[in-house]
Amino acid sequence: MTDAKPFVEIRQARKCYGDLEVLKNISLKVNKGQIIAIIGPSGSGKSTLLRAINDLDPLTDGEVWLEDTQVNKKLPHKQYENHINKVRQNIGMVFQHFNLFPHLSVRENITLAPKMLKGISDAEADRLAEEQLEHVGLSDRIDYYPSQLSGGQKQRVAIARALAMQPKVMLFDEATSALDPELVEEVNLVMKRLAEEHMTMIIVTHEMAFAESVADRILFMDGGVVVEEGPPEQLFRAPKHERTKEFLAKHLRANALAPA
Amino acid sequence: MGLDLTVVPPFAGLILQGALWTIAITASAGVLSFFGGIGFAICALYAPAIIRYPIKAFAWLFMTTPLLLQLFLIYFGLVQIGIDIPAFFAGMIGLGLHFAVYNSDIIQTGILAIDKGQHEAGRTLGLSRGQTLRKIVIPQAVRDVVPPIGNNMIALLKDSALVSVIGVVELVHASQLAISETFRPFEFYLAAAACYYVVNLLLEFTLHRIERRIALTR
Repeated sequence: MTDAKPFVEIRQARKCYGDLEVLKNISLKVNKGQIIAIIGPSGSGKSTLLRAINDLDPLTDGEVWLEDTQVNKKLPHKQYENHINKVRQNIGMVFQHFNLFPHLSVRENITLAPKMLKGISDAEADRLAEEQLEHVGLSDRIDYYPSQLSGGQKQRVAIARALAMQPKVMLFDEATSALDPELVEEVNLVMKRLAEEHMTMIIVTHEMAFAESVADRILFMDGGVVVEEGPPEQLFRAPKHERTKEFLAKHLRANALAPA
Repeated sequence: MGLDLTVVPPFAGLILQGALWTIAITASAGVLSFFGGIGFAICALYAPAIIRYPIKAFAWLFMTTPLLLQLFLIYFGLVQIGIDIPAFFAGMIGLGLHFAVYNSDIIQTGILAIDKGQHEAGRTLGLSRGQTLRKIVIPQAVRDVVPPIGNNMIALLKDSALVSVIGVVELVHASQLAISETFRPFEFYLAAAACYYVVNLLLEFTLHRIERRIALTR
């Protein structure tokens, strides 16, 4: 694993909003099939880092690579647009607030991008939608509108929509944070299934138990830096840094208060 | 003389024809104002400055001058520089552009109110900015502003009476023709008012149906 060529690589990422430096020289290598979970307090920069991977929040300095392609290449506007639209087809993203298209049915949500970008036929698109919905266990909702779905179902459709582009890597930005507690599990199950299928995933999450059960490696971020990283058993059971210990202790306390 | 509605039926054909022209000009100007409004809105928000500012100046012109004057300019004015537009089309263009400017303001607000996450979801799938606007943002924005656009359509229907002054024989003009033969203004203006009322009911009914249909897609 150590000598494998990184699949996703971030090199010396810096991000500033005016005088505020939200990412301070972060580097990260992710191998094919690896699952990385990024944890940390809000404002630590974890979402910004994730959103830099598909250049949704462009870095101030540093590089992002997906295989042999630099994602945040400096190009003239028109060329950059062409370049990034192609690159993004390979990077699926799932948002905290789902961002389903409310004016389109579940089927259309899933098939819109593949139809427009890959020129597949209506019949192929239908098959694709059916396939992806089966994958997330929502075959019977294909002709529903997002407003008719629960939060958990919406997020599963959002995952199916991202997967329909057959991305090489999936980014999850607090995918379960906006869900009612009883709906979290169904989304986690879908993500676990993806993990078993060796999808490369980078997950920003507040759910320590889930991160521990699914990730190969945990990054703990605070104040724009990666404070500590390692395999879950090490980071959760034997954290080295004071800041990590504090953060985990706070989370443990919060969870202890929550009813089982 | 009193009120004697029996003078109306002999002119029913004329009034009905007037009503049909009112519907025709309202429908065609309505379509023009709707798509023109979308076009203006997109230009005002996203076109490069060289297109954006002339469009904004043009829109401002249409907003700050009376519709009646605009109709005169298009029908009587343009002829002088060799642009001779038949009355119906002059009326359609005047009404259509005038209301396109108002619709554009509404649609711009609608576009800007669409959640940033919708843009982001489109872009992360690999859609271009234009594709995201066309397929995701603008359909939702237009859907959201159906009620105020509908109000503009009702205003357009009523203001279509103004094209009577450039010679289109719509409801008001038709009733005036009947009056000039019968000298019964009260009866024929009442008849015209009744026609506007009925056409407006039909329009409201249609708008209501559209609003019900899109309720699911919010």
